[in-house]
Amino acid sequence: MTAAPSRPSEHLPQIRRIWGRAGRGWDRRASFWMLYFPPLLWLGAFFLIPLLLMFAFSFRPDMRGDFFQLWHPSLNQYEKLISTGSYWRLLWTSTQMALLISVISVVLSYPIAYFLAFHGRQRVGFYLVLLLVPFWTSYLLRVMAWKMMLGTEGVINSFLIYINLIQEPLTALLYNRNAVVITLIYVWIPFATLPILAALQRIDLALFEAAADLGARPVHQFLRITLPLSLPGVFAAFFMVFIPTVGEYVTPLLVGGSRGSMYGNIIQDFFTKAANWPFGSAMSMIMLAGTLILVAIAARLINLRDLLE
Amino acid sequence: MTTFRNSFPLKAYFFGLIGLLYFPIAVLFLFSINANTFLSFPLQGLTLDWYEKLFASDALLRSARNSLVVALGSSLTATLLGTMVALLMMRYQFRSKGLLVAMAVLPLIVPYIVLAVALLLLFSILNIERSLLTVGVAHTVVALPYVLLIVGARLAGFDASLEEAAMDLGADYPTTLRRIVIPMIAPAMISAWLTAFTVSFDEFALALFLAGTQPTFPVYLYGQLRFASRLPIMIALAVLMMIGTLTLVLIAERVRRAE
Repeated sequence: MTAAPSRPSEHLPQIRRIWGRAGRGWDRRASFWMLYFPPLLWLGAFFLIPLLLMFAFSFRPDMRGDFFQLWHPSLNQYEKLISTGSYWRLLWTSTQMALLISVISVVLSYPIAYFLAFHGRQRVGFYLVLLLVPFWTSYLLRVMAWKMMLGTEGVINSFLIYINLIQEPLTALLYNRNAVVITLIYVWIPFATLPILAALQRIDLALFEAAADLGARPVHQFLRITLPLSLPGVFAAFFMVFIPTVGEYVTPLLVGGSRGSMYGNIIQDFFTKAANWPFGSAMSMIMLAGTLILVAIAARLINLRDLLE
Repeated sequence: MTTFRNSFPLKAYFFGLIGLLYFPIAVLFLFSINANTFLSFPLQGLTLDWYEKLFASDALLRSARNSLVVALGSSLTATLLGTMVALLMMRYQFRSKGLLVAMAVLPLIVPYIVLAVALLLLFSILNIERSLLTVGVAHTVVALPYVLLIVGARLAGFDASLEEAAMDLGADYPTTLRRIVIPMIAPAMISAWLTAFTVSFDEFALALFLAGTQPTFPVYLYGQLRFASRLPIMIALAVLMMIGTLTLVLIAERVRRAE
């Protein structure tokens, strides 16, 4: 119940609390604005405004006319998008692919995280670096490596021919959805391990002793202690793979071919080949909305603070 | 101590998977020293020709230089801006804090394709020619969240009372920043800068839309994929760059852990 606000900087109570000594108000406030304006302007100009612009653009009836010319908002693009089944099917297919990729990545990563958490001993740091080095190498390069693995003149085919298992190269390996799924699982495994490992490392080892003392067998210990307590990490890993994968367009571009296209590739087409930016904007808005909904769901399931550690 | 005492199957699984993870990268490396332009078993012979030819290819080297310039510029800008947001986030309370922090973190979540076309739209409307600058701007936006998280974590780890003490002893805020805060968070800033650098250096999804006539290395590489005969040279440079990036990442980790 102190005195009423007396300064213009009253909406900055924390500064007052920490550095609230009389007479230094000016440099406190000046510092605040100097720290505040550059990132605000940068992110406003190059992040928020472009997205708002795209939002506005998605209500344009067509590409005609000057960019600055005002247009009557129209729902044409969304109507076309909603009434065309193939776009929804592709979005659904992309979601299914992302689901498959994230589930398999998490399942394959879990034993790795388990090994590192409970059997890594003093070498766990080294093992972790060993695991992460592939993740730190160029993304494009790893995707290209898979192109070389799966191609008709690729490693798998030439090896199979060399050992005389097949005579003609298999063409079904590259340029389809399976190639995209395999490549992305490969890309994500090291990444998916990290949140699971963090969750496993937080488990109090005394719990296992208590369980053993009470006669729980290892399988029961795992099912009743380890697995439930590691679920936040599992969910985190799932969403950390799922969310970027839904929006993927580079991997399908390189190893997917026309049969392996995802929703993101169609957006790319509308901004390049097809040059229908309003429609592409509407498609992007749908993707953005979907992503934000996913993030909201993820934020409800997992404590974001845990992730930041 | 743990639920499954016999660790052998887990260890075998771990090293098996590590082998699978490294195999394609090893294939790439092999491809860069293979005498033939395609990889087939058995190998036709080994050569360092591709590495030699690499240094004779102007366009290729220019694209590598472009990547370097963009990565340097964007990582420095991102480190500066990200540190500012981190300071605001951890040390100030203000009305628009939620908005600012959200804007700084969301680039991590927004799909790159969406951000790429949104920026393309902005630059087209403003009639700004696409160049290394436009790529750098985009990379600054996507590298900023990493800086914020790394520097923010460091700021959370030390007590604001140190700054308070400095201010009580008569230092003004800029001096406190320079003498107390910056030295404390310097290792995190270096680690954040290196992270931002690697984020930008091999970024392709944004650069493809925004590079215009000045391709960065990944964009150039993508354009050259059609020409099978050029592939080994590309891979050779990619291998060199991979070694460079990896060195940076390992240094960044070292610096971060040394704290």
